[in-house]
Amino acid sequence: MTSADPAWQLFEQRFGALRRARRTESTLIFVIVLLVFVVSAVWTDFSPVKIAEGVPRIGEYFEKLFSIQPSQSAPSEAILAWPHLFGGIRQPQSIAYWFYRFNVYAALLWQTVQMAILASVLGYCAAFVLAFPAARTLTGNRVVVFVSRRLLEFMRTIPQVVLAFILVWPFGIGPLAGVLAIAIHTTGSLGKLFSELSENADLRPVEGVRAAGGSWLAQMRYGVVPQMLPGFLSYGLLRFEINVRSSTIIGFVGAGGIGQELKRVIGFNIYEEVSAICILILLIVVAIDLLSERVRHRLIGGLV
Amino acid sequence: MSGAVAHLLPRPALGRRALHWFLGVGALAYLVYLLWLFDFDRIFTGLPKLWVIIRLMLDWGRFTEWDHAELLRSMVETVAMAYLGTLLATLIALPLGFLGARNIVPNAVFRFLTRRIFDGCRGLDQFIWALVFVRAVGLGPIAGILAIMVAETGVLAKLFAEAIDNIDLKQVDGIRSTGASRVAELRYGVLPQILPVLISQALYSIESNSREATILGLVGAGGIGLRLSERIQINAWDQVAYVIVLILITVASIDTLSRWLRLRLIGGPSQRG
Repeated sequence: MTSADPAWQLFEQRFGALRRARRTESTLIFVIVLLVFVVSAVWTDFSPVKIAEGVPRIGEYFEKLFSIQPSQSAPSEAILAWPHLFGGIRQPQSIAYWFYRFNVYAALLWQTVQMAILASVLGYCAAFVLAFPAARTLTGNRVVVFVSRRLLEFMRTIPQVVLAFILVWPFGIGPLAGVLAIAIHTTGSLGKLFSELSENADLRPVEGVRAAGGSWLAQMRYGVVPQMLPGFLSYGLLRFEINVRSSTIIGFVGAGGIGQELKRVIGFNIYEEVSAICILILLIVVAIDLLSERVRHRLIGGLV
Repeated sequence: MSGAVAHLLPRPALGRRALHWFLGVGALAYLVYLLWLFDFDRIFTGLPKLWVIIRLMLDWGRFTEWDHAELLRSMVETVAMAYLGTLLATLIALPLGFLGARNIVPNAVFRFLTRRIFDGCRGLDQFIWALVFVRAVGLGPIAGILAIMVAETGVLAKLFAEAIDNIDLKQVDGIRSTGASRVAELRYGVLPQILPVLISQALYSIESNSREATILGLVGAGGIGLRLSERIQINAWDQVAYVIVLILITVASIDTLSRWLRLRLIGGPSQRG
């Protein structure tokens, strides 16, 4: 095979053309991405000058989060130091001094988790009920399918925090508004997942139940639910993880949980408490993630 | 119909059934306790007020007097924040993903530390990052962009690291056997394999972040959220409803656009064999 071979030349020609086309396409995409980037940066005032100005302040702020100021004039020092680490609550630079309001945080964290539990259960039940009319294969009536689908879509598209903010007006400041907001959002997103699961269900058991004279309800209960149970449970737990995360922030608009406290300490610039709360939130979120992952694997393993 | 066949099934042992009952009743009691704890009776006093708010929301009689220019500008700002944040996060997450992958960095301790950094960025919600960044760099969209960037870097870096973990090493070996450098190995052996994951994830992130960015403004990090919170605080419910509709339309159109782009760029699952 030499370069004079016509087949070779044809190959080279075609390969070259393909390569050029690919290269043009890549360049075009790159240019568009860059152009949108520049337009967005101009629009949001995201200029290099501003960034350069802001970056040292970010470092400064994060440094303050992990330091204490013993008195007004004294220079700040590290929040923890080895020699004092296990000193009492009155000893600066000890863990106990940093987390001196641990009992308050713990109570609020527990409230946060309970909000997530209640909201998940309420949303789960509502989603479970709404998923059947929203599944095309299970409901004959097109209007019912359409209406329940739009309802679910509406529920999950409104941002949770906005919903909580609105619900705080009629239901008062406190966890109730947060629970309702998270529950509504959970209904929307789980309802969609559940209805998709139900559409993938094998219809033969349903026909079997119908043949035996079962009502629509009995068809769903004995034909569909047993097939969907592992999926329902695993999605439900996954949603619980997400809800724990959301309930930590829902307090910013006055809807209960640790977020309310975090907003307060950030507003008052009580730096060491900000870092303490953030670390606790991080810990609880990671702990719940790990726990629910374990339970999920167990449930799926046991049921399939 | 359950009664007809139930007696044919083997019954579980009595102890087991008692345990199940006990657990069921316990869970139910706990739920009732939670309902009591969170003042669920307030729902009934709140519902009439909610109805008033909904009625006010639906009255768009003064549509022409609203500040449309400001709202639309903020809406575009929100999308721009999401785009910038996600793009920067993708650029940062790609090298981090390489550092967190098992087959690129064999050192387990280093990899463990890198992955914990991803978890740290991911564990705190974007909203909390926004709050911190508003304090650090001041009010405005820059705080929002940085918040999206940090939180999304954690998410994307983890996904990229997993994608790189799962690549086919034969292609890398092939490149290496031609005597290519380490960088060329990554560029021609690894990158083409993870590019579809990368693009589809980045697009998906832009979608979800433009959803998230709508609320960042509630803490002063720019975008439509600020306008929304102003209007909620002065109880201008008609405009609140309008802003929500704007958000819904924007999110829906970004979803559609990104779905189209995804299909266009990576094709269906079967096209790239």
